[in-house]
Amino acid sequence: MTVKSNHVTIKGIKDGLVFLLDDKCEFNLLLEELRYKLEHSHQNILTGPIIHVDVKLGSRNVTEEQKQAILDILGQKGNLLVRSVEAPEPETAEGTNGLATLSGIVRSGQILHHEGNLLFLGDVNPGGTICCTGDIFVLGSLRGMAHAGFGGQEEAVIAASYFAPTQLRISETISRPPDEWENRETSMEFAFLLDGKMQIDKITNIFRVRPDFNVFKGV
Amino acid sequence: MGEAIVVTSGKGGVGKTTTSANIGTALALLGKKVCLVDTDIGLRNLDVVMGLENRIIYDLIDVAEGRCRLQQALVKDKRFDELYMLPAAQTKDKNAISPEQVKDIILELKKEHEYIIIDCPAGIEQGFKNAIAGADQAIVVTTPEHAAVRDADRIIGLLESSHVHSPKLVVNRIRTNMVKSGDMLDIEDILQVLNIDLIGIVPDDEHVIKAANLGEPTVMNPESRAAIAYRNIARRILGDTVPLMLLDQKPGMFKRFKKFFGMG
Repeated sequence: MTVKSNHVTIKGIKDGLVFLLDDKCEFNLLLEELRYKLEHSHQNILTGPIIHVDVKLGSRNVTEEQKQAILDILGQKGNLLVRSVEAPEPETAEGTNGLATLSGIVRSGQILHHEGNLLFLGDVNPGGTICCTGDIFVLGSLRGMAHAGFGGQEEAVIAASYFAPTQLRISETISRPPDEWENRETSMEFAFLLDGKMQIDKITNIFRVRPDFNVFKGV
Repeated sequence: MGEAIVVTSGKGGVGKTTTSANIGTALALLGKKVCLVDTDIGLRNLDVVMGLENRIIYDLIDVAEGRCRLQQALVKDKRFDELYMLPAAQTKDKNAISPEQVKDIILELKKEHEYIIIDCPAGIEQGFKNAIAGADQAIVVTTPEHAAVRDADRIIGLLESSHVHSPKLVVNRIRTNMVKSGDMLDIEDILQVLNIDLIGIVPDDEHVIKAANLGEPTVMNPESRAAIAYRNIARRILGDTVPLMLLDQKPGMFKRFKKFFGMG
C-alpha cells in the first residue's frame, strides 16, 4: 500500500513527539495512515528508548471509541508513551450565539453552510445558497437562496443590504418573493416569520421582531 | 515557456469556439506563435471554423494514446506560419482522455508556442475537467442573457476553486439597440453579478456567422466590428491597455464634427 496524501504529521519537540492528525479527512483513512506510518517509516525513532507522545486532533470531534482506536495503534509500539490527547472543547451554548464573519462570493451551484449566526461580507449570486442554523446577515447583494433557522429555529431572520433573493426559507417555511418585488425601491431589509408566514420589513424595525437584540436608545 | 489559456462558458452556444478561433488568429496576426487546441472530443468544431477540417490526419486522442507524435497531429494554418491547431477526435467521447494526459500535451505544446488557446466543451463534467487541466489562465465567455450569466457564474466558481485563478470575462453578442431599450442585460448588470475582470466585449455581428461558414476567422476581416473587438482582446492578453469599444453603431453627429475640426 502506498500513502499518497499526508494526513498524519509527526513532529519532534524537545521532550518527545507530536502527532498532528488532519481534522478534515475521513477517520478510517486517518487510522490507516497512522498505522502505516508507524509500521513502515521512521523506524529509527519509533524503536528505541521510551518517547513521550502528544496527539493533536485539530478541530475534529472524536468519540471515546475513536480516541481509543488511536491510542491502541500508538500502543502497538512499546516505546511510545501517550502523554496527552488534545481534542476541541465541546461547543457551548454561548459559543454558537456569536456572530461569525465570512467574506467572499457564493456563486451559482455553491452552498455555504454555517452552524450558528452568520455575517456574510459579499454577494450571494443567483443559484447560490446560503444556509445557517441561526440568523443570516448579508453585507452585499442577496440574489440567491437563503435558508435561516435550518433545523427548526423559527425566530431566525434573514437580512441583506440589497435584498433580491430568488427564494427565502426560515426553518420549514418557504417563500419566494412576489413578482412586484422586481422594481421596488431597494432599501436594506430583512425577512422573518410571523405566525408561520414570511414577512419583509425595513431593517430599522428588526428590534420589534427580535427583542433579544440589544437596542440602541440614544443618550 | 508559453502560456495556456482555456476558453470556457458552461453554457453551450455562447461562442466559445468562435472566440477561441478569433483570439488565436488575432494573436497570430500580432506575430505570436499560437497553437489552438480543441478539447471538445466527439463534437469538434474548431477545425470547421478555422477551415482546416480537410487537413486533419491525427487528433488529440491519437497523441494521447501514442499512435503518433505530437508534431504529426498539429495542423498548420493556411494563413499564418506560426499558427497551429490540435484537433479533437470526432469518433470518441470525453472519457477517452484523462486530465493528466491533456496536461502533459499542453506542457509539451508550451515549449514550442507562446500561446496555447484551449477550446473547452460546454458543461462542467469530464470535458471541462480535461480542458482546464493544463491551463494557466481562463477566459469565460458569456452572452447578455440570464441563463448564460448563471452558467458563467457556476464556471467561475469552479475555476476559482481549481488551480486556475482569476478568470477574465468576455461578453459576446451584444446588441446595442437592445441594451439601450432595456431589453438586454447591460455590461454593468453582468459585471455586478460575476465580479471578475472584463477583458472584452464583442458586438453581435453577421460577419461572424458568414466567416465561420467560410472557414475564415472574422478577425481577418477589418470591416467587421466583431473583428476589431477580438483584436482588442488579443492586445489586452499581450498586456496593452486598450479602451473598451464604444457600443454605438456609428459615431454620432457631434463626434463627426469634432473629428472634422481635428478635436477628437
